Amino acid sequence: MTALPLLDVQGLSVSLHDGRETRHIVDDLSLQVGEGEILGLVGESGSGKTVACRALMRLLPEALSISARRITLAGDELASLGVADFARVRGRGIGMIFQNPASHLDPVMRIGAQIAETIRFARGASRREAKAEAIELLRQVGIPDPARRAEAFTHEFSGGMRQRAMIAVALASNPKLLIADEPTTALDVTVQAQILRLLTELRDRRGLSIIFVTHDLGVVSQLCDRIAVLYAGRMCEIGPKRAILGRPRHPYAAGLIACQPAAGATLTRLRTIEGQPPSLHAMPSGCRFNPRCPNAQGDCRSVQPPLDPVEPGHLAACFHQVGTTPRLGCAA
Amino acid sequence: MSVAVPSPAAAIAAPRGKRSRRIAGLPAPLVAGLGLLALFLLLALSADLIAPYDPIFQDAAARLAPPSFAHPFGTDNFGRDILSRAIFAVRIDLQLAILGVVFPFAIGTVVGTIAGYFGGLVDTVFMRIVDVVLAFPFLVLMLAIITILGPGLQSFFIAMALVGWVSYARLVRAQILVLKTSDFAVAARSLGFSHPRIMFRHLLPNALTASIVFAMSDCVLVLLSGAAISYLGLGVQPPAAEWGIMVAEGQGFIARAWWISAFPGLAIVALAFAFSLVADGLGELLGQRT
Amino acid sequence: MSEAPLLEVDDVTVRFPAPGGGLLGLSRREVKAVNGVSLTVRRGETIGIVGESGSGKSTLGRAILGLDPVTSGHVTFDGARVSDGRRDVLAGLRRRTAMVFQDPANSLNPRLTVAETLTEVLRVHAKVARGAEAARVAELMRLVGLDPALGSRRPRDLSGGQCQRVGIARALAVEPDLVIADECIAALDVSIQGQIINLFLDMKERIGLTLIFIAHDLAVVRRLCDRVAVMYLGRIVEEGPTEAVFAARRHPYTAALIAAIPEIDPDLRLPDAPMGGEPPSPLSLPPGCAFHPRCAYAQETCRTGEPPTLRRQDDHGWACILPPGTLSSPAASTLGRQPQELSA
Repeated sequence: MTALPLLDVQGLSVSLHDGRETRHIVDDLSLQVGEGEILGLVGESGSGKTVACRALMRLLPEALSISARRITLAGDELASLGVADFARVRGRGIGMIFQNPASHLDPVMRIGAQIAETIRFARGASRREAKAEAIELLRQVGIPDPARRAEAFTHEFSGGMRQRAMIAVALASNPKLLIADEPTTALDVTVQAQILRLLTELRDRRGLSIIFVTHDLGVVSQLCDRIAVLYAGRMCEIGPKRAILGRPRHPYAAGLIACQPAAGATLTRLRTIEGQPPSLHAMPSGCRFNPRCPNAQGDCRSVQPPLDPVEPGHLAACFHQVGTTPRLGCAA
Repeated sequence: MSVAVPSPAAAIAAPRGKRSRRIAGLPAPLVAGLGLLALFLLLALSADLIAPYDPIFQDAAARLAPPSFAHPFGTDNFGRDILSRAIFAVRIDLQLAILGVVFPFAIGTVVGTIAGYFGGLVDTVFMRIVDVVLAFPFLVLMLAIITILGPGLQSFFIAMALVGWVSYARLVRAQILVLKTSDFAVAARSLGFSHPRIMFRHLLPNALTASIVFAMSDCVLVLLSGAAISYLGLGVQPPAAEWGIMVAEGQGFIARAWWISAFPGLAIVALAFAFSLVADGLGELLGQRT
Repeated sequence: MSEAPLLEVDDVTVRFPAPGGGLLGLSRREVKAVNGVSLTVRRGETIGIVGESGSGKSTLGRAILGLDPVTSGHVTFDGARVSDGRRDVLAGLRRRTAMVFQDPANSLNPRLTVAETLTEVLRVHAKVARGAEAARVAELMRLVGLDPALGSRRPRDLSGGQCQRVGIARALAVEPDLVIADECIAALDVSIQGQIINLFLDMKERIGLTLIFIAHDLAVVRRLCDRVAVMYLGRIVEEGPTEAVFAARRHPYTAALIAAIPEIDPDLRLPDAPMGGEPPSPLSLPPGCAFHPRCAYAQETCRTGEPPTLRRQDDHGWACILPPGTLSSPAASTLGRQPQELSA
């Protein structure tokens, strides 16, 4: 990481006020993304990973309130910006792509025109320039025969091509950071591999930083530089890819890695994490993972463990980390 | 650089939903609408106790009397008390609105379910019938049927059932078409359930929401067409008190005695308002549930 | 084979009229969803059917259960031909088979409670006496790892994993000889996926469940299935014992699918040149081998003529003209890196 991270988020919270109670969907989340870095944001459904990303883009329903101690993008404070100023950031600083491109592209507008519109909005380019640039962008995201395909509509594209087109739309404003919210989940594995390849190429060529949201640790392990693991709205563990995958400290991160089906012989039982993620309405006190945690002890149920460094750049929020705590039986 | 932002929560987003206010967990329009309907029902049930006069008693001494303490809503050209007539009319008009919807609703949902579920020839036949019915203007068709059957409330209900079911059939059919491809419908088929069971236990309950909401707003339409048809002399027969008739009777005196038409007219508006409030609230309640 | 197979799929084709079809339906086209598929499932066996979207794997599953009509070919279940559309045979089939669906919430009637859903199956199939239904419902729920206290809940009050367990319990309520699970874990979280897979493994051991497991995830199929069939555009391109297929893949498509499994290994880089292209529309299949536009090994013969038929060696079948061993060599593990050399 460079001295100054491109994106610095401190204490991001998203909460839902429901009558008397306030429920935190995302609770005190802090993370940094360096320039040209790909950060994998991993978690299961309900972990708050998508909500956190949309909070950064301020794309949340009005019923949810967002707060943060600090959000800076390339040194510019974002959290205090008004609506109009933020629209500019959304256009130029951060781009976003989604799981389902079909519902995020305009069905009645030609692909090329959608990209050109963004270019003109963001940079005030002329119609002709914008169109030429849109075709160039389509070429960069690997769409064959871009001049002709720019005249096509969304429904004429296949799933993979739509995702490429959406990446082109997101890149049209030339953002420094791309937030990719499960962009390959709905795609076939062979097409997923193509899109992942494209994202790394874009990083290499344009120095783009990427936050890649996914539930698939396999994808993360091949694509990302650093990994952040979220559970029930809180950060469990964050650190370099190798550290997290090789020596996970948080029992949830360790469990998630262990229960991936990829490795292992036929007809052998999969490791699982027993139980269900907690619902927003019944969050356990203390560490939110404690009801499912094999290492949980008394303090886990009452005190929320802080996110402390384990080694430089590797932080975990756990009192009884994997591989460090003596087994209960031995400790006695 | 690391200056704390004062209350960025307020700056970023204000927590405010689009839902209407709630009363005891139910949408406020629903509670208000049901309350108003209950009031009307109470009026209908206790008309004998509340109404100050007999609805068809003619007081020759007090013809066309303006609203006064003795006759709060005034009297008509026969000297009948408008308030009493309006209260007794609640019985007929509630019956009109409710029965005028129940029959079309029942026929329409069954036809729509069968047409949507089986598709093919069954669907084509039913939907062509729907098209034919819809090709005629609603009131013209109603009038034609009532003229054939002879004037009266019974004819009105039959005509309503014959004409009104098409809207429900179309609404339910569209829902069933979507629902029958859903996984739980395929699951029911794969489990060997019979067609009637799949249609009426699994699909229809999930398709009813929109129809129920529509039925509530349809009550308004039925009420108004009932009033209109009585106004034309084909529905409720004089001297029975019905708001539509009362409005019609006051027509000739509108310049001299506005109250004859005005109060029954207001009553129609109030009952229609109650139904549309219920429709709104129900839509919100059921919409969020499913 | 010592015992007659439980299920035989013989040269089954399923076609649908394509949506649209032009003015007056004159230019009506057909989607060839399943194209001459043959498959044999023995009792107690778990067979995985894998493929990408549009491969026809789900249609095949539904056609086996008579939920989609078979255009040609036959499905024989326990000696009885079920694809002729005879109602009594179909009813018999449905008393002995069950299906588990992809979307756990959508596959349950949202208006019925868990107990109502399960009781209905027991009642329709007259599985237990009237008074014993509640006990059997509780038993079924425990069997799939659900607390019977959840019986009064509706699907919207359950998590995705719990809904899927209800779906499996509903399938098991039939006491089926065959269960077809269609992408039944794709919508679940990873930690829950494992629970469902383990549940199937338990069922296999405890009640000798015969399972057709339809999935796009080869890694999961590898864990669960005795045999695997790989489908591409309506055809089976490779089929055989799971370990044999993984160890000695003989169709380039299988190889590409396996290569695309994102393994958790920080040292593994993304493949430099992943297989390009996407499956063409089943509306207009390419001539010859349907895979040839994406195949790094495609030769002139692949582009024309009839698609290759399934060749067999022992229990392992594949539909490709490449000699066995081409893809198993270490150099071929990074498929598509030097395609020109091979096709030259």
